[in-house]
Amino acid sequence: MTALVLDDLEKSFGGLRVTAAVNLSVEPGERRLIIGPNGAGKTTLFNLITGELRPDRGSIRLFGLELTRIPSRRRAHLGMARTYQIITLFPGETLLRNVTLSLLGRSPLRWNPFTRLDRQDALISGARAALERVGLGHLADRPLGQTAYGERRRVEIAMALAQRPRILLLDEPFAGLSIDERRDVQDLLGAIPRDVTVVMIEHDMDVALDFAERITVLHFGKVIIEGTRAEVVADPRTREIYLGE
Amino acid sequence: MNLWLVLAGNSIAFGGLLFLLSAGFSLIFGLMRIPNLTHGSLFMLGAYFGTSLIAAGFSFWPAAIAAGIGVAILGGLIERLLLRRLPGAELAQVLVTLGLSFMIADLCLMGWGGDPIEIATPAALHGATFISSVGFPTYRLAVIAVAVIIAAGLWMLIDRTRLGAMIRAGVDDPAMARVVGIRVSRLFTIVFCLGAGLAGFAGVIGGPILSVYPGLDQDMLPLALVVVILGGSGSLVGSFVGSFVVGVLYNFGQAMLPELAYVVLFLPMLIVLVLRPQGLFGRAAF
Amino acid sequence: MRRLGLSLVLVVLAALPFWVANSYYVNIASQILLYAVFALGLNVLVGYAGLVSLGHAGLFGIAAYAGAIFINGGANHFIAILGALAATLLAAAVFAVLALRGTGLGFVMITVALGQIVWGVAYRWISITNGDNGVSIATRPRPFGLSLVTAPGFYWATLLVFLAAVTTVAIFVGSPFGASLRGTRDQPRRMNALGYHVWMIRFLAFLFSGLWSGVAGVLFLYYNQFVSPQVVALGASAEALLMVIAGGTGTLLGPVAGAVLVVIIKNVASAYIARWNLVLGAIFVVIVIFMPEGLVPGSVRLWRWTADRLRARMVEPGGARQKRGA
Repeated sequence: MTALVLDDLEKSFGGLRVTAAVNLSVEPGERRLIIGPNGAGKTTLFNLITGELRPDRGSIRLFGLELTRIPSRRRAHLGMARTYQIITLFPGETLLRNVTLSLLGRSPLRWNPFTRLDRQDALISGARAALERVGLGHLADRPLGQTAYGERRRVEIAMALAQRPRILLLDEPFAGLSIDERRDVQDLLGAIPRDVTVVMIEHDMDVALDFAERITVLHFGKVIIEGTRAEVVADPRTREIYLGE
Repeated sequence: MNLWLVLAGNSIAFGGLLFLLSAGFSLIFGLMRIPNLTHGSLFMLGAYFGTSLIAAGFSFWPAAIAAGIGVAILGGLIERLLLRRLPGAELAQVLVTLGLSFMIADLCLMGWGGDPIEIATPAALHGATFISSVGFPTYRLAVIAVAVIIAAGLWMLIDRTRLGAMIRAGVDDPAMARVVGIRVSRLFTIVFCLGAGLAGFAGVIGGPILSVYPGLDQDMLPLALVVVILGGSGSLVGSFVGSFVVGVLYNFGQAMLPELAYVVLFLPMLIVLVLRPQGLFGRAAF
Repeated sequence: MRRLGLSLVLVVLAALPFWVANSYYVNIASQILLYAVFALGLNVLVGYAGLVSLGHAGLFGIAAYAGAIFINGGANHFIAILGALAATLLAAAVFAVLALRGTGLGFVMITVALGQIVWGVAYRWISITNGDNGVSIATRPRPFGLSLVTAPGFYWATLLVFLAAVTTVAIFVGSPFGASLRGTRDQPRRMNALGYHVWMIRFLAFLFSGLWSGVAGVLFLYYNQFVSPQVVALGASAEALLMVIAGGTGTLLGPVAGAVLVVIIKNVASAYIARWNLVLGAIFVVIVIFMPEGLVPGSVRLWRWTADRLRARMVEPGGARQKRGA
């Protein structure tokens, strides 16, 4: 069964067609890269997939399940996790608490106003483990404000991975990182197990090229080119889109 | 039949007064995105200023204008010294205006005492005018006239002058306005002064109808809120129409459903807020 | 160490009517406690949910009026209290559904409108609320036969309710639900993506907040044995917000400090300073501009700074001796 299928997806804001009849199909375990110049509609596509935006037309299927009627908050429970282009972590909390909140979101415990969150050992050790997996275990008790930007990017990824997603949507995970920090994130992404399907948006193709197995190129909301890494890189249109017409 | 006409006349006059009060509130809300909770106390302060000026020998209209100017100056000080310290923090600015309303109300109590003060109707406008054999208090007709004149003046300012264009730009898109080179912070001061001045002026104009008493601010502020929410923030037409709608709702409500008078007033406001946060005419949603 | 401090505070509070001989001041203490309950409730919304309400006096007042109406209708105190709280919860649900249509300033404005409607009803629906004349009740309850007529008696009852409030709010805040609530305050969009039902979380928080406001309203009714439209005016909601902000929204006990401040200024200082509204408004303005995190966090900062300075002083003279000992 295909992991993610987008069928003729359409979204317009006023007169502007941001997503234009997009057809996309991602296999389970695949590493898909979506690239395109600024304004191509990449983040909008993600917002449509996660349910933060409602499409005007078209459908979205996750492992065969039609998502269009399912509110965004339920999609996390169906195995969808996402990171954001602009870091949206919880300020004033420790890294551990940040990831704990991520785990809590999938647990019925989140409605409980009686017990103490601090005493939920299973939850908290799970969060600690998630931080270990991204190499931030030693900073677990550090407040977010005292961490570096690169570390916060990894926390974002840790939070998404902690949800044990079936599909992981990464929105420009390399944005603003130094060369060393990029390497850390690349290693991290390489270590993600194959039972997680990964779709990544990146603006800068070079950075994400190693990661991608298949690449979809968006421009003005339309899918222009799609294929394996080699095919897309060789295609002259790719160059054109990036260097302008 | 006469009763309805008189009620209608009073409603329209009250609507005129409300317009004078709310136009400023609406401009401030539209441009600065904050409901100025000091507006009621500025109205009251202007009214009290008026009483002192009249007692000192000024005649009615000069006193009203002078009071307006006085309150405008205070408005400018408030904006420059206090609100400007909290740029972009709209909630904090609202809380400051709330605290100020407490302060101004108490200062008025200190300055003018607890007894209601009457402002006499100007001599030239005493008595009643008869329109097709129905008598309306002449003063109330004058209030309607003043409201229309000010409305026209404001409309010309907003629609025809450069300042007005800048205000409109600021209401539509403050970030863009700044980019284009409009000194939005100076605009804030000007609009706040204008709004405050109108409120102060309105306070004196309202004097012969409402008199001046502690608690006048708490009576008038909610009405300005209703007008602006029904009519839309930053919309002059909205304030104009909204004022008369509220005037009618308030007066007819008091006469016909005295027990539910305020519900009749605030329920439409609530409905609009819930269904259409930007009001009936306005552009700036919350 | 903390437990010792807490126990000490508890003992001091419980013994208050003994070391404060004057019943006037004991009554002030009761007032402080009941407003502290109100402020604690409001802070669940303002501080932990990030939703500012300027209409909470409406809920406070609905409880007080409902209680009075039940009692004067012949119900016993137990039924009246339950009825008042039920009415408040119902009102809170209605308030919440309407107010949550807006966010940020929109939320505030809708709560203002709602508070004003309650005020309008209290002021004008004379057949039910007696309008400006208010409603009085004749007696205070006698829980388990104990009299609440005396100042100390009422104080102890209020103290118990206050302690219950602090405890439940503390538990709430430290719970998973409390963490969820704070999450929706800081990153509602992210919380949604993580699987949380943001609207429902806010709605339930509003109910919890409304409940304690209602409890405070009932205490108020029994304290004054009288309720009038003043109680639900915009000014009353503003005062409650002032308590929360002055004390510090991010802390559990901040609102309590705020309640202490406001009630003392209102009652005690007004004997010396003629115009307490002026002072209150000025404090509000000063705090919002210069100390936005409130008095409690500010004081905590000051305390820590002082403690650090003292510790630095103490290390120096004994330093040499310590090294030899180690």
